Amino acid sequence: MRRPSWVPEGTDLDKPNAARVYDYYLGGSHNFEVDREMARKAMALWPELPQIMRSNRAFLRRAVTLLAERGITRFLDIGSGIPTFGAVHEIARAIRPESRVVYADRDPVAVAHSRLMLADDPWSAIVQADLRDVDDLLGRPEVTELLAAGEPVGVLLVAVAHFVSDDEDPRKLIATIRDALPAGSALVLSHASSEGRPDQAEDHQKLYRMTPTPLTMRTHEQITAMFAGFELVEPGVVYLPQWRPDQPEAVGEHPERMSGVAGVGFRP
Amino acid sequence: MSTAPVSGSAERFHEDWALLLSSDHGIAVHPGLLGRLVARTAALLHRAQQEEPFEPHLAAQAGAELVDAHFTDPAVLARAVELLQAQPVGDDRGPALTGAFAAGWAAALRERTLREQESIRAAADLARKEAERALRASEARFRALFESAAIGIGIGDTDGNILAVNKALQELFGVGPEDMTGRRVGDLVHPEDTPGVWEAYEELISGKRDYFQFDKPYYRQDGEVVWTHLTVSLIRDDDGTPQYQVAMLEDITDRYRLQERLRHQATHDPLTGLPNRAAFFERLEKLFEEPEPGARFGLCYVDLDGFKVVNDSLGHDTGDQLLSAVAARLKAALTPLGHLVARLGGDEFVVLLENCRGEQEAVAAAKTVLKALAGPVLIGDHKLAVGASVGVLERRVSTTTPGAAVRAADLTLYRAKEAGRGRWTLFDPKENARAVSRYAVSVRMPAALDRGEFFIDYQPLYALADGRLAAVEALVRWRHPQLGVLGPDEFVTTAEETGLIMPLGRWVLEQACGQAADWIKRFGDAAPQLNVNLAVRQARSAALVADLGRILDTTGLDPARLQLEITESTVVGPEDEALRTLHGLVDLGVSLAVDDFGTGWSNLAYLRDLPVSGLKIAGSFVGDLHDPGKDESTGWRIISGLVSMAHALGLTVTAEGVETRKDADRLRTIGCDWAQGWHFGRPVRPSEIARRIAEEPEGRPVGGGTGQGAR
Repeated sequence: MRRPSWVPEGTDLDKPNAARVYDYYLGGSHNFEVDREMARKAMALWPELPQIMRSNRAFLRRAVTLLAERGITRFLDIGSGIPTFGAVHEIARAIRPESRVVYADRDPVAVAHSRLMLADDPWSAIVQADLRDVDDLLGRPEVTELLAAGEPVGVLLVAVAHFVSDDEDPRKLIATIRDALPAGSALVLSHASSEGRPDQAEDHQKLYRMTPTPLTMRTHEQITAMFAGFELVEPGVVYLPQWRPDQPEAVGEHPERMSGVAGVGFRP
Repeated sequence: MSTAPVSGSAERFHEDWALLLSSDHGIAVHPGLLGRLVARTAALLHRAQQEEPFEPHLAAQAGAELVDAHFTDPAVLARAVELLQAQPVGDDRGPALTGAFAAGWAAALRERTLREQESIRAAADLARKEAERALRASEARFRALFESAAIGIGIGDTDGNILAVNKALQELFGVGPEDMTGRRVGDLVHPEDTPGVWEAYEELISGKRDYFQFDKPYYRQDGEVVWTHLTVSLIRDDDGTPQYQVAMLEDITDRYRLQERLRHQATHDPLTGLPNRAAFFERLEKLFEEPEPGARFGLCYVDLDGFKVVNDSLGHDTGDQLLSAVAARLKAALTPLGHLVARLGGDEFVVLLENCRGEQEAVAAAKTVLKALAGPVLIGDHKLAVGASVGVLERRVSTTTPGAAVRAADLTLYRAKEAGRGRWTLFDPKENARAVSRYAVSVRMPAALDRGEFFIDYQPLYALADGRLAAVEALVRWRHPQLGVLGPDEFVTTAEETGLIMPLGRWVLEQACGQAADWIKRFGDAAPQLNVNLAVRQARSAALVADLGRILDTTGLDPARLQLEITESTVVGPEDEALRTLHGLVDLGVSLAVDDFGTGWSNLAYLRDLPVSGLKIAGSFVGDLHDPGKDESTGWRIISGLVSMAHALGLTVTAEGVETRKDADRLRTIGCDWAQGWHFGRPVRPSEIARRIAEEPEGRPVGGGTGQGAR
């Protein structure tokens, strides 16, 4: 049962937090010992994790760049976490300086951090909201305002949908968002894959079960199904490095080791 | 950006440098940005290598720029140092240059780390403050809810200490804020508390239940009583340990008082304030629901003498005042004795003696009634002499029903009236039967059979050895339009006298045999034997054998499943004509049993000559065991002797009137075969018998076993 919104969420600094662990993988220092302890354990089991996170971050950059090149100037980044570097508004504005971004995250510390970082940016906003309570998220004034103009919006679900369990039905949540989007909007999605490194998947999920954000890795097929109602751009849903690489050699010999898949789809 | 000329080796360095930065973290950086970073840092390093004088800070700046672009991985530093060291330099500045680069990188990383730590701490702090603010706001909302709720709310710990009460609860109890602190929940007990409320409370605070609801009275500070609808909930901590109790109290005093008044109105006579007819019957019927073994009760049916004259001559007002005065006197005289006085209507009153100790006590109550009404009643200017007649009935609860008892007391009252006013008369079964007969039975009975006013109930007989339902006794009932349901003892004598017993007896046999055959068809061997009473006159009828033969044919009942019960008076001597009939019946294949053995002549010699296979010991033998005036061990010796004697004659023995499991157990021990009585079940509708057959395939525990037998 979700708490009524007038009962405050706690800020539990004694438990590792996905956003801060992610920051640590990426070489950032926006984290506490409890996060680093968790990240070190994960990396001991799976040393490539920092590379995977960099691949994911690189995908985000390439995808936002593509959207900006195609004229999108409004972005909704759900599960934005702590953007250690290369925040969406920075990437987008390199091409479209007028770009507006609404960030959303459920972690109060990540939200507070973004609020401090974005304090002087009138065209960016942060809301504390949860993808799993999608109606609440879409009903926030910052979000309705972003959608109200009827212009295409790029929705980013980068490395976040795997924190939604099957019971919570991520497909349905994404479909609800899709139905709220104007035509020409885009979905940018990356997701932990259970197929790239099946040998690692179970241990990794076990580790995240100890955090407030357990992880559900999914198959290529399940992840592709999340794009229902969107038209995928080339090359479809692929391993992270395979998605529109800057240079062909950047893909590497074992893109499946990056263990995440990604894709971008547009709403007709 | 540097404009220094680039030599051949510098070109190679630039290429290697670009390759270094484009791997790992470099993939996350936009290629354009990366290109510019490579050019800028390569140029800085080139100048540091070439320019005179040597400017180590240029190398340091290159290192810092890498960190600024988030090249924070120490592996990047290692590879960069390696590359710089491999680079040929004109003089001996190489180590210093590399050192400066590394120090620049490290210093920038240190700054960056501290900055980021600072910012995440600030974020955590902000988030915590935000959460605290939200918590305070929510606490304020809860406090407002608590304080301004219209319902009384109190919070206590699990030791029963009251910690906080809201304004509504203070008003409910009529106390100030400080009066409740330090008090304990257990102090709030009230003599009218619903049974179970404190048990529920104990269960709650010990964590066995999470909530309960009751209507509960409390004393206010001013001594008044307030009735509340109370809900208490248990609050647990995260580990599930009980922590607090929260009580919510809604004032229902007005509703409760209204209910009480309505209930009082429904159960009390408005004129005299005495319990009314409905209340009296409710109490009486309650006596019959779960009676103690051997429980007795008494009734005094009181009717004023000459009340009609007062009413007619002095008017209804005076009559009403007289009734009120009489009621007050009866109440004052009898209530202290623990008896219930009720007004049944008109000038009829009744006294109910629950747990009566015997006839003497009931008679004493009747005398008290007469004495209370002996003196004249002063109403206005009139000095009215009232007298009354009293019908007294005193019985064992198990021998009658509420309806029959009141009817009998009423008829006894009429005998008292007839015998002259101002006296009491004691119930007499023979007189009662005669009175019943005189009032309505004999006249109506012939038509009653045609009108279908008779029906049959069945009382179970259980085998004591294995608890099996062995037989059922068919008991005829008459649903009399005026007198209600009459039992056989109330009309069979009349039926014998009038000769109606013949068609009635035939009808009973037809019905009961049909019913028994149906049970056998449905349940096979599990169906009980059928016992039917045979009246003396029936046994003397030559037509009985032929009639029964026809009935057995028609119904298809196996004669072996039928037992006819005769009384000792059926056969009075060896030459009796009834003997021939009895032998004829046995020849049909049915068995015979002597009913009510021990109450009549009990000629053992004839018992040997009769073609009987069973004997039923009269209920009074078992009943007397509970009579405080009679020696119990003697009673058991008599029963034991009867059982041995019957067994010596090869008869199956049934004990009647068995009301307790203890008696059933003892009877089993002394070898009694079957038993019948309230412990095993009263006479019931055929459907109930069918239910028992179906639900008790293994029989029921008779005694020494688990549960108590159903009543």
